[in-house]
Amino acid sequence: MEDDAPVIYGLEFQARALAAQTAETDAIRFLVGTQSLKFDNQIHIIDFDDENNMINKSVLLHDAGEIWHISGSPADKAVLTTCYNKTSESRVLTCAAVWRMPPEWESGSHESPDDSSNNPQTLELLCHLDNTAHGSAACVLWEPMGDGKRVISLAENHVLLWDLQESSSKATISSSATLEGKGQLKFTAGKWSPHHNSTQLATANDTAIRGWDLRSMSQIYCIENAHGQLVRDLDFNPNKQYYLSSCGDDCKVKFWDVRHISEPVKSLEEHSHWVWSVRYNHSHDQLLLTGSSDSRVILSNMVSISSEPFGHLVDDDDLSDTEESQQDDKGKEPLQDSIISTYEEHEDSVYAVEWSAADPWLFASLSYDGRLVINRVPRALKYRILL
Amino acid sequence: MSSATTPPDSDPAQRRRVHNNMLKLYYGLNEEGKGAEQAESLGPCDINGPHFDPEIYLNKLRQECSLAELMDHESCMVKQIRSLDSDMQTLVYENYNKFISATDTIRKMKNDFKKMEDEMDCLSANMAAITEFSACISGTLQGQHAQITKLSGVHTLLRKLQFLFELPARLNKCLELQAYAQAVSAHRRARCVLQQYSHMPSFRGIQDDCHVIMEQLAQQLRQKFRDGGSSAKDLSECVELLLQLDEPAEELCDKFLSHAQSRLEAELQGLEAELKDSAELKESAVTDTGGGSAQKTSPGSNPVSPSSSVFNPFLSPTAGTDILEFIDRGCNEFVSSLCLVIASYQELFINRPQEGELASKNIPEMANGKLHVFVDNLAARYFSLVERRIQEEKGVGDNSLLVRALDRFHRRLQAISKLLPGSAVPSQGTEIVVRAARERIKQYLSALQTFYHDSLTDVRQALAAPRLSVGGASASGGGALVGGTTSKDAPPSLPELLMSLSNFILNQLKSVLASVHLFTAKDITFSNKPYFKGEFCSQGVREGLVVSFIKFICQSSRQYCESAGDRGGSTPPALLLLLSRLCLDYETSTISYILTLTDEQFLVQHHTPVTPVTALCAEAREAAQKLLNHYVKVQGLIISQMLRKSVETRDWVNTIEPRNVRAVMKRVVEDTTSIDVQVGLLYEEGVRKAHSSDSSKRTFSVYSSSRQQIRYAPSYTPSAPMDTNLLSNIHKLFSERIDIFSPVEFNKVSVLTGIIKISLKTFLECVRLRTFGRYGLQQIQVDCHYLQMYLWRFVSDENLVHFLLDEIVGSAAHRCLDPSPMEQSVIEVICERG
Repeated sequence: MEDDAPVIYGLEFQARALAAQTAETDAIRFLVGTQSLKFDNQIHIIDFDDENNMINKSVLLHDAGEIWHISGSPADKAVLTTCYNKTSESRVLTCAAVWRMPPEWESGSHESPDDSSNNPQTLELLCHLDNTAHGSAACVLWEPMGDGKRVISLAENHVLLWDLQESSSKATISSSATLEGKGQLKFTAGKWSPHHNSTQLATANDTAIRGWDLRSMSQIYCIENAHGQLVRDLDFNPNKQYYLSSCGDDCKVKFWDVRHISEPVKSLEEHSHWVWSVRYNHSHDQLLLTGSSDSRVILSNMVSISSEPFGHLVDDDDLSDTEESQQDDKGKEPLQDSIISTYEEHEDSVYAVEWSAADPWLFASLSYDGRLVINRVPRALKYRILL
Repeated sequence: MSSATTPPDSDPAQRRRVHNNMLKLYYGLNEEGKGAEQAESLGPCDINGPHFDPEIYLNKLRQECSLAELMDHESCMVKQIRSLDSDMQTLVYENYNKFISATDTIRKMKNDFKKMEDEMDCLSANMAAITEFSACISGTLQGQHAQITKLSGVHTLLRKLQFLFELPARLNKCLELQAYAQAVSAHRRARCVLQQYSHMPSFRGIQDDCHVIMEQLAQQLRQKFRDGGSSAKDLSECVELLLQLDEPAEELCDKFLSHAQSRLEAELQGLEAELKDSAELKESAVTDTGGGSAQKTSPGSNPVSPSSSVFNPFLSPTAGTDILEFIDRGCNEFVSSLCLVIASYQELFINRPQEGELASKNIPEMANGKLHVFVDNLAARYFSLVERRIQEEKGVGDNSLLVRALDRFHRRLQAISKLLPGSAVPSQGTEIVVRAARERIKQYLSALQTFYHDSLTDVRQALAAPRLSVGGASASGGGALVGGTTSKDAPPSLPELLMSLSNFILNQLKSVLASVHLFTAKDITFSNKPYFKGEFCSQGVREGLVVSFIKFICQSSRQYCESAGDRGGSTPPALLLLLSRLCLDYETSTISYILTLTDEQFLVQHHTPVTPVTALCAEAREAAQKLLNHYVKVQGLIISQMLRKSVETRDWVNTIEPRNVRAVMKRVVEDTTSIDVQVGLLYEEGVRKAHSSDSSKRTFSVYSSSRQQIRYAPSYTPSAPMDTNLLSNIHKLFSERIDIFSPVEFNKVSVLTGIIKISLKTFLECVRLRTFGRYGLQQIQVDCHYLQMYLWRFVSDENLVHFLLDEIVGSAAHRCLDPSPMEQSVIEVICERG
């Protein structure tokens, strides 16, 4: 089995938006939103068949506008949100909406893939996250591991917390916060922390990273000048509640302990241009994926600041394996922080990278020219982490 | 005696026979036995034999001889008989005479003996009389002899007793006259006797008296000893006497030493007071100069120094006594009196000839031990003072003073080593010198570092000084650094600044090396210690000073890259460029020059592994590279920021038809040109790919007419998206991947290429985030054309610029709601106009 060979899928349009379908835990599925000003935009549902190393795609029409951000509901795999550009007359506004996939897409695509591509089905609009009063939406965040009832949208300098009611067909703002300051402030990215009962949010604007408490909607910390230039993305360590990573236009990826914000815990400078996306692996937080406009995707192994700095802990019930594992442990040299591999399959800037929700060893990256590449963690490393 | 000639056991009979034989021989007679034998052998015919028979002889002659023969024989015989007769006659006559004289002699002897006999009789009578008298005398004298002997004994005893009885008085008198030695010797003589007969009351009285007196005497001696004002000779006499008085030597040593100690301590306190004084003085001086330092060290008054702040660490503290004076005082007062004390102590307790019971007490060993403890104690205090003083010597201006002071310090301690061979003091002193030298190197290093920092501050000021109105400003600020190289009204240019900076650093380093070199000068006593020969040169000077300084330069340069990148770029880019060039110069020549210089000056023998030149060069090169990369990044960032702001803040959908090149683009070109000039001052041109003279025109026409047309044309057909993607992908297949923030080479073109790459890539990314209207796209076209016209000349490969600008226009077209590009000719007109 050519396990480590990348699988490449080409979209017809340029694309920036990529999301793993969070609620889907069986199939390896990614959602890609296209950007085209002239044609109807689409959402590609990419199913990866791990056994046969093949890709099955389904296309859904998204005729509201070009998609800048996409994310899937953690509770209902048919529900997703997008941020899209709506051009009306001489005005461009980025709106956000909650959508439901038509129920037939799955069966239909499987039976006759040609049909679906010729006559794609349209997404069903559940509700708008109406942000006309607040300005363009940068992204929509689902409550991590929630029941799919709460989302946050970042619009210009506002944080809006929405409650979705009546099976997501109605959205009301339950609370909001506004970032005040000199000049035009605008959120570029945000992340809802999966820790602390999902009561914390981190946002990025310009060179600063801010933490918010969602109960009081107030700022709890602020890392000024987190990056030399614009902060492009952040991600929370799924296993260590105070750790988050950020990336930005200074080509760096930084790791922060939000309790000590004066200095980053660690800083990487491997990319040769802006880093647009950073993602922790959901299960093994030493694995870190970054995508950059130097057209590269880098997979790093940050053992020293992971939750498993001494390798995988042996489970107690694996009694039969315990002895072997212990022997292995002795033989192993302490793991070092390192770049595992640099993926150069892309020809254009990579704006999004995402781990699969179903298979922790698999990830996708999307470049501007519409090329989606699915890669795996090298098997040697995988075994090393597991054993 | 006879026993000598005859064997003692010979009997008298044998002796008699020997005498007979001798007489027979004298008278010509043979022994009876022998004569018989001869007669038997010779027969009767031998005329001379004893058994001669004339008959037989005659018969024989008649029978055997003829007549003639007989006749001859007969005449011969007659002749012989005659001669024999005459012989006989003379013999008889002679014997007769002898006989007569012998008779006379005997007669005379007979008379003489008679007389002698009489005299002998008289003598024996006299002798008998003498014997008689003698016996008589000895008999009378026998009784009185013993009595006389006894009397004479009593006499001496009495004299001794008299001495004893007089002793207290005598001692008192001695005491009055201060003739201590006499008193002690007198007492010593009497002491045993008194001790022996102390059970008798009278003697006991005397003994007690003596005791009291001697006690008094000892007291006086001790007093004298304690007073200490007395000369060494007195003192030694004193000690000797006290020792003889059974004073415990240990106590004496202690007293002597404690006495000496108090004196020495007073000196030490004097030194300490001086130390404090100078510290206070310095403090007050510091507070004083705090206000007045500006006037004191105005830039004009020190034309050589870069600025007042730089020179300060090199000023030695003027307040208080200088270290040489201090050490001098320490040597002259403390060390010399310590030596005196040691010498006199040794004279007193250790080297004196030991006699009598004193020898058994093993004083020298004990005394020596005490002396060592004493000297060690005091020396430790002295050393701590000296070390404190040395530590105060922070100013690194004049090293010779310190070296001379240390030399004197060390030299004087050698005296102690001569006096006290086993003492650890000199080695401790050497240790102090070594420590001081080490400390000194550290101070020099930090002084160099401060100097370097201050120089950089000056350079920074010079760079920050407004270029146009430099006249007064640079003269006071940066002008000092440039010194006389430029006239005061011209601003210092980058190469001049670089040159003066590097010269200043080099000169400073050289002067520091010269200062440090004093430590190893030949006339300095401690320079031949193994530390100064080996470790000081290699580990201290070479590694600790020179190498550390070079490393420091590299490191601080690197810090400029790291700190400035994150926090708002406080370092001016020109400084980065300057430092990068400085590091590069170091890599190419300066490091090896400095190290060679050091190695030559200090004859460094590489016992221990030292940092090789190549490693330092590599480090310098790395720093230079990092600085240059950072420079590119910073400059690129400045231009990127301009471009980004210009793209982000504009409403591209509702913009008006382009009439001009936007001001930002002009600014970008201006900045790029000035960067080009700036880099060109310090770095060589570098290589570029060949291009034709009118390359801007030619390539641009290709770019805009053919490629652009192809790209936009399909947008009017339904299959457009696929085709554009395909085309751009194919295009990318043939172009190399561009590393935007990639390391640059050390030349102008590479630097400029880097900056332009960063700027254009930013432009591209920003464009992709926006949506354009028709005129927005056209404005981008105009801007890109303008950039195209001016930027190609700066880069190594103009295709790079083409490619990036292509991408920008392409992306803008993609992001355009109404992509209708502007006519190429119109674009050209607009660009040429603006």
